[in-house]
Amino acid sequence: MTAPETAPETAPGARPEAPGRLLELRDVAVTYRSTAGDVPAVRGVSLELAEGEALGIAGESGSGKSTLAMAVLRLLPRSARVGGEILLGGEDVLTMTWGRLRAVRWASASVVFQGAQHALNPVRRVGAQIAEPLLVHGLADPAGARTRVAELLEQVGLPAWRARSHPHELSGGQRQRVMIAMALACSPRLIIADEPTTALDVMIQAQVLALIRSLIADRGIGLVMISHDLSVLAATCDRLAVMYAGRVVETGPSREVFTGARHPYGRALAGAFPTVGDRASRLAPRGLGGDPPDPARLPGGCSFHPRCPEALPSCSWREVELWPAGGGSARTSGGPAVAHTAACVHVLPDPEAMPGPGGGAADPVARPAKESA
Amino acid sequence: MSLLEARDLHVEFASRGRRARAVDGVDLTVGEGEIVALVGESGCGKTTLARTLLGLERPASGTVRYGGAPLAYSTRALKAYRREVQLVPQDPTGSLNPRHTVYEAVAEGPRIHGLPGERERVASALSRAGLRPPERFFPLYPHELSGGQRQRVVIAGALALDPGVLVADEPVASLDASVRGEILALLLRLRAELGLSALVVTHDLGLAWNIADRVAVMYLGRIVESGPVEQVLSAPSHPYTQALLSVLPESPAPVVLGGEPPDPTRIPGGCRFHPRCQVLAGGLAAGAGVDGRCRSQPPAILPAAAGSRVACHFAEASRAPA
Repeated sequence: MTAPETAPETAPGARPEAPGRLLELRDVAVTYRSTAGDVPAVRGVSLELAEGEALGIAGESGSGKSTLAMAVLRLLPRSARVGGEILLGGEDVLTMTWGRLRAVRWASASVVFQGAQHALNPVRRVGAQIAEPLLVHGLADPAGARTRVAELLEQVGLPAWRARSHPHELSGGQRQRVMIAMALACSPRLIIADEPTTALDVMIQAQVLALIRSLIADRGIGLVMISHDLSVLAATCDRLAVMYAGRVVETGPSREVFTGARHPYGRALAGAFPTVGDRASRLAPRGLGGDPPDPARLPGGCSFHPRCPEALPSCSWREVELWPAGGGSARTSGGPAVAHTAACVHVLPDPEAMPGPGGGAADPVARPAKESA
Repeated sequence: MSLLEARDLHVEFASRGRRARAVDGVDLTVGEGEIVALVGESGCGKTTLARTLLGLERPASGTVRYGGAPLAYSTRALKAYRREVQLVPQDPTGSLNPRHTVYEAVAEGPRIHGLPGERERVASALSRAGLRPPERFFPLYPHELSGGQRQRVVIAGALALDPGVLVADEPVASLDASVRGEILALLLRLRAELGLSALVVTHDLGLAWNIADRVAVMYLGRIVESGPVEQVLSAPSHPYTQALLSVLPESPAPVVLGGEPPDPTRIPGGCRFHPRCQVLAGGLAAGAGVDGRCRSQPPAILPAAAGSRVACHFAEASRAPA
């Protein structure tokens, strides 16, 4: 993509035909350049999010889920090369000037970072840290910022006097609330939450998740939530996308992906956190052999095949794109139906019938007959 | 047979000029070949209890017993004890020395204890921990291993001493979701193959459901409910256990308790859970005529006996024949 010559206040290539579409990722790829060679962290991800919708991105370390989320606001290190299109309110983040990007960060979209204890400055009072984006963006004067900070703290369930506390005086759950207050400060349309409850106890996690859910419901904020815990995502989000080795391998309505995953990896992730009371998981922890692959040395074919309990011989050389996996449901807001798709040979109409490597198939990638729009 | 046992254990710390009763009267046993899960939120004292059972903290009163004999706190006795009761720490990356090879890491314990046949011992520990063939892992450094493999090295380090009990503090909290199950399955396999007992300290009730025979729920320094996992987690009696289970993601009707877990320097009078108790707040305790006792009379310390036990006036009253 080439940057437009003039620094525009209006969006270059804005897409007024899709007004409810808050975020759209088109074939996004992120590669880290290192001395040892290029490391593909995200390999062609297309996703979209409407206003007031919550999308959960699940995956484990090295799946590219955090890289993808940070790419939305161009928060990646210099060594990262980002391809594709990231449309935020119709405007491509990747071609924005620095000035425009600074205006968009916090104000249009903000991030709740993982590990609040490390993301907060330990020597500044939390009130000053929440006020910072307001002051930087010129949305309030110091007195106005103080009032707004008190409001924000109240919204996240903390007393206003907590503004005078330093991070070490707060518990883990309180610090996470401060992070959420900070993300809300400039009233963004989109919040990206990277493992917002991972370090928290179950009770505090329930409080923080309830808070996040009510914010989406009350204000129509769009949420992208990232976690390795599919059960947490399923309880908070409308839709789920499961990532493995830099690709989305399964996507669909939350309940359907959580309880009826079609990709073997989606199933393994759903089974990793058992439902208490489920007889099948009693004294029978379920896991996968092997480890998540190193992005620098991805296996050929389907990158999941070395760990896959259901791999076919062809999986070692053939990669399958997202295919309709049956089911799916209507979006509650009356929008288009949400398809359930999985990138697995087992959802193909006839898994064995694909041409072999010597069978004249130039392209070892199985694609759906029609692109799903 | 009880192998590891806490009897009326109290552990205290000085905290900002006040006395923190981190463990405030606990009876707990881990039987031979038994896996017990100790669950509770951060700050409930579960890690302090585990450290005291490992001989790393000295109790203010009460005793730790192993094989029936009280733990002595002389250097020599502690050294011998630590061969028997081994810690599996939470974060394998932090607990392995990055400049030691896998072999060095696993051989450290046997060297300290002067055990013979070091090489065979290390090889057998690694292979029992699922790192096979063990010789392939000898020269590797922690950074060359995945998170799951590092946790296996840490477990091999414990196994190299032929312990009787493993005390595992959040053994899978820092691992990838798909690897968790494999490490938990390893703990179950070690129990089946070696008869190894384990106390698993966790905040994760799903983990207890996955691997434990018995569960003890801890709140503010006390065990408030204990018993067989099926019974306690399927039909919890204590309002705190009920609340913990109700906030699991798939639960239909979450009971979110207000506030953070309270402070061990200010343990409330009466039942220590009463200021947050949803049964008391909802008027059910008053209906059963126990609300006065909830506010004034601490429930008795739960004995470490078989069967399911609960430290709650309301549960006692509802269980007793009318």
